[in-house]
Amino acid sequence: MMNDMMTHFDLLQPADLDSALDMLSRHGADAWPLAGGYDSFDWFKNRGKQPGVVIDLEGVEELRGVREGGDGITIGSMTTLAAVEGHPLIRSRYSLLAAASAQVASPQIRNAGTIGGNVCQDTRCWYYRYGMTCYRAGGNTCYAGARGAMNREHAIFGADRCVAVTPSDVAPALVALDAEMIVRSAGRDRVVPAAEFFMQPSVDITRMTVLEPDELLTAIRIPGRWAGADFHFEKVADRKTWDFALVSVAAAMRDIGGVIEDARIVAGAVQCIPRRLTAVEDGVRGRPRNQETAEMAGELAVRGADALDYNHFKIPLLRNLVKRAVRGA
Amino acid sequence: MSERPREFARLAELSGRRNVSRRSFIKGVIATGVSVSAISWFAAPAAAPRQGGARGSVGRLVTLQVNGRTRRVDVLPQETLAMTLRYKLGLTGTKLGCDRAECGACTVMIDGVAHYSCSTLTHRVRDREITTVEGLEGPGGELHPVQSAFIEELGPQCGFCTPGQVMAAAALLRANPDPTREEARRAMSGNLCRCGAYDHYLNGVMRAARTGSTAVTEVSHA
Repeated sequence: MMNDMMTHFDLLQPADLDSALDMLSRHGADAWPLAGGYDSFDWFKNRGKQPGVVIDLEGVEELRGVREGGDGITIGSMTTLAAVEGHPLIRSRYSLLAAASAQVASPQIRNAGTIGGNVCQDTRCWYYRYGMTCYRAGGNTCYAGARGAMNREHAIFGADRCVAVTPSDVAPALVALDAEMIVRSAGRDRVVPAAEFFMQPSVDITRMTVLEPDELLTAIRIPGRWAGADFHFEKVADRKTWDFALVSVAAAMRDIGGVIEDARIVAGAVQCIPRRLTAVEDGVRGRPRNQETAEMAGELAVRGADALDYNHFKIPLLRNLVKRAVRGA
Repeated sequence: MSERPREFARLAELSGRRNVSRRSFIKGVIATGVSVSAISWFAAPAAAPRQGGARGSVGRLVTLQVNGRTRRVDVLPQETLAMTLRYKLGLTGTKLGCDRAECGACTVMIDGVAHYSCSTLTHRVRDREITTVEGLEGPGGELHPVQSAFIEELGPQCGFCTPGQVMAAAALLRANPDPTREEARRAMSGNLCRCGAYDHYLNGVMRAARTGSTAVTEVSHA
């Protein structure tokens, strides 16, 4: 068992955000920011990544907690998933996010895993995770997309050389809620809409988010726009605990007298980024919330889907989950 | 042990390059030489320097609160709590199954909440109260109500997952003394059992809750 020790790194434990950002810019690409650790330690233990310096964000109090402000709420990126799931304000006004957080991994992981870490985690494509030099790892091939490869968990949309999918359960919910990601570095602040936070392989195949090496996701702001709306979150995985989604759907909807006024419908684990189903949203707007509309929504959701050798099942799965979301399960 | 010359060299280099006091240099050398540094006569300040090592990295001698006792121990920056508990403090009740946060055998309580110790850096829990299965014992050596209930319900078969199951159940009952079966199922879902005795464990949790065991003896070492 001792050979499972991680290789040496220097551990920095900044006490405030400015020190953390300073350390991050000082150590550059050699530095690895550590949140809950459930993505990081897999990499370190398997020798997939061996950073020289790990910056532990646990002690940075400013990154923790849920605050009410403006017309919405702001969630510090180091807030644990258990805290998100259990927060009264999130449960009452943004239950979509509470539901998504409750579906992540296992209770122990939610007790330490953070919302920021969950959305910033790397993809789980096992060829990539096990150190194959694929496109994402800087090589010039994709093992998962090859004929006969083990690609049951992979993408049915938007593959561009890489066929990996977003592993996050929380990300589709954040996109559906029109969340904003607050990003900071030593010299710069910026706000990125959740829908633009995740990186398409066609833009940069080696990273999952728009974060630069010296940047941190410090908080997630959720506007009041969808507060108290009609929410639906469903995740299908091989096991109820631990597993990543095969397909997940997060939906926020408002209807007036049974007619859908507006909707956000976002699918996870079907593409490298959370896939906002704008065709479905446009299709259901102004229509009654019934079986017929749901059938149509399901068909719109899978239009253009392109399966690999072993993930055809994701197409009817996505169709049905969207149908259920629009119908109200 | 082959690590030692290199560590010495590093410390020597450190002392030359930086303004490291003679005291912290000697402390460092001692730390390199001993694996279990929970030595009561080692008169040291209450807390290890927060950033004492190379390039501002954490210091190696740390103080932990484990099962109500204060333990001094030499910890590597990348060391997990499971490693420290088992191989430095001799608390082998905590098991290492997968070492990847995928089985739950290493579950311990940190400030009363269930965590996987295989995926917790020891340096993260310096100021926290750690409880392992060894710490559930009552003042007279009696079993924790969860342990008694697991025996009654024939929870353990091979027993390897049991300490983790016990800790997950104890943490649940601490937060929610009267769980529904569904709540208990959910709280226990982060612990695998290769023998498949899930229902037995679940019966055990419900029995422990019923026996009103919750104002328990647990973590009352003070």
